[in-house]
Amino acid sequence: MFKKPRRKIYALIFVLPTFAAFIIGFIYPFVKGIELSFCKFQLISQTEFVGINNYIEAFQDESFKSSFFFTLWFVIVSVILINLIAFFVAYALTLGIRGSNVFRTVFFLPNLVGGIILGYIWHQIFDAILRNMDMPSLVTNTSMGFWGLIILMCWQQAGYMMIIYIAGFQSVPADLYEAAKIDGANKRQMLTNVTLPMMMPSITICTFLTLTNSFKLFDQNLALTAGKPYVDGIWQTRMMALNIYEVFYGESSTAKGVGQAEGVIFFLIVVVIALAQLYLTRRREVQA
Amino acid sequence: MAASGAEPGQIFLEKVINVKKTHLTRAAAIAMAALMAGSVLAGCGGSNGESKAEGGSGDASKGKVYYLNFKPEQDQAWQDLAKKYTEETGTEVKVFTAAEGTYEQTLSTEMDKSDAPTLFQVNGPVGLAKWKDFCDDMSDTEAYKNLTSQDFALKDGDAVKGIAYVIETYGIIYNKTLLQKYCDSDFATVKSIDEINSFDKLKTVADEIQANAEALGVKGAFSSAGMDSSSDWRFKTHLANLPIYFEYKDENIGDTDAIKGTYLDNYKNIFDLYITDSTCKPTELASKTGDESREEFVKGEAVFFQNGTWEYQNLLDGGLKDDDLGMMPIYVGAGDEANQGLCTGTENYWCINKNASDDDKAATKAFIDWCVTSETGTKAMAEDMSFVIPFKAAKESTNLFVKIDKANTDAGKVPVSWNFPTMPSETWKDGVGAALTQYAAGTGDWEAVKTAFVDGWKTEKEKAAK
Repeated sequence: MFKKPRRKIYALIFVLPTFAAFIIGFIYPFVKGIELSFCKFQLISQTEFVGINNYIEAFQDESFKSSFFFTLWFVIVSVILINLIAFFVAYALTLGIRGSNVFRTVFFLPNLVGGIILGYIWHQIFDAILRNMDMPSLVTNTSMGFWGLIILMCWQQAGYMMIIYIAGFQSVPADLYEAAKIDGANKRQMLTNVTLPMMMPSITICTFLTLTNSFKLFDQNLALTAGKPYVDGIWQTRMMALNIYEVFYGESSTAKGVGQAEGVIFFLIVVVIALAQLYLTRRREVQA
Repeated sequence: MAASGAEPGQIFLEKVINVKKTHLTRAAAIAMAALMAGSVLAGCGGSNGESKAEGGSGDASKGKVYYLNFKPEQDQAWQDLAKKYTEETGTEVKVFTAAEGTYEQTLSTEMDKSDAPTLFQVNGPVGLAKWKDFCDDMSDTEAYKNLTSQDFALKDGDAVKGIAYVIETYGIIYNKTLLQKYCDSDFATVKSIDEINSFDKLKTVADEIQANAEALGVKGAFSSAGMDSSSDWRFKTHLANLPIYFEYKDENIGDTDAIKGTYLDNYKNIFDLYITDSTCKPTELASKTGDESREEFVKGEAVFFQNGTWEYQNLLDGGLKDDDLGMMPIYVGAGDEANQGLCTGTENYWCINKNASDDDKAATKAFIDWCVTSETGTKAMAEDMSFVIPFKAAKESTNLFVKIDKANTDAGKVPVSWNFPTMPSETWKDGVGAALTQYAAGTGDWEAVKTAFVDGWKTEKEKAAK
């Protein structure tokens, strides 16, 4: 009779430490952040409520708009490229070629290097190449900066996504292929009608991860281009997260509040886009 | 079958995405709502301007000092000096140094703590505007009374909000041995170092050195004008000071909301000289660092190197001797060049935290007074930190460049003042720096530099005024 309620109490007790950590580390800063976006402040302990002024200023901020479009464009290209590369590498490495474990490790390794270091190293690599071709540095050319970021992100993220795709490939039951073969399906039909539908859970996760990672990109952006070049008063390769950081530490007395407001808007954008993506790809998942 | 046979990470992620509405999430939602309501009520209400300092005039012997230091290169010297002070007086002194380029961020965070810094720094009027509500009046300090000139105090109305504690000098550092070698050569038009007293002469010398680089055994006249963030401040801030200085002088002002850019052509001339008569191609400058530039100079690959007093120790460590070194003014072809001195000024002002307890404030004042008046303090600042301090009790610095500056001033040359503390913001400097980088690389034109300089000044000043 007492068994069930007591188990529930235990469950609550056991979950308490994690829950407390979650509140301290996530919920409190999150709520505080929303609150601060409505305030003018220099120190977090001394704030002044200013209503939606920060949001008005954020929407008038040219750098916020330009960084949004730059980020959006970057996300589209990087999500597609990273997933395509990861998918085909994973496919190749599940064909049973010799040394595929070594390859998996090698492809996964870039993930273990910190973003700032990666950005710095790639900056040196790109500049060395460009110098040999007698071309100006990466930081003086917008499209170079853009493709530089894309190459860097593909190199870093494809390996991680590959691991998830490999798991996906391995989870497709062999009997499905066998049945398809008996029914006379060719290779392409097997890919589109068996592999892809069965891989949808992996695709959901990989697109979710690449989408949010690309949106929130900060370190690599800072270390590779730091938003340069600066043309017509706009930092051409500055992404949203970096822009929020720069706005937040600006000189005006409202800077911190505006940066905070931009942070909240940024959060909403990422949440909406990520949920939409989850909804869309989830719909295509099937049960075997 | 969603994820059988998948790796653990994937299963975890699936679960995170798939979270079901449980009791716990509902509890979390309620907690979140309560927190939100609570903190909105408590937070934005108005703890504004709250001050911990109440009652009592402050007893220095009971207080303690927390100094948030701006200059990483002097960190150890400050730690040592703090220790000596504690031994002498028993007052606890904590010195913490912010990492290079993160002072503003560190200050914002530290000021929020209950144990906030009692002594911190601003870079001049622009920095003061942001922090003045946190600065205590320093007019009753010995440090203020002992200033050699009132110009070194940062005032807001009548209140003394900041006191400069170090004076620095920059110019074009040259390798005396190499420059003499040039003067002694057949191809030299300019036959003595002392003759170089204008932009035209400097350009002649640099061009001839560049043309005869091989004969002189150098790679170029100027060490690389690197535009990496470790070096670009030499041009976007220090070199940019010159056009600002001459404009302010013409207009007889000390700050402005709208710069005209009267002397931007001069700025272009000197920058062109730096990037053409250089150790490397202009296209390579974008990623050259400060260390590389110094290295070229130390190795004798370049004759000129724009930098300041703070580089002295590094150059000695690199193997150069006092006899090898000299510093000349940065000539840009403006004003009275024959009487132009080195660029001398400060962007380091001490401020005392208004919100500290009275005891701590008194202790902090006693500490800075001791630093700039006592034998131990002034000696440490002159020798261990190689600072020139603007106080009456200052000891003579061993720094060669400081001596050159003094000799120049004694000879009647007029030092160029530091006006970059009036630059609107870091964003402005970054904008000019990026435009210069593109100009050097050939992907941008000089018009873009002008836009960043003039239009950027206006927009950034407007932003800062908000």
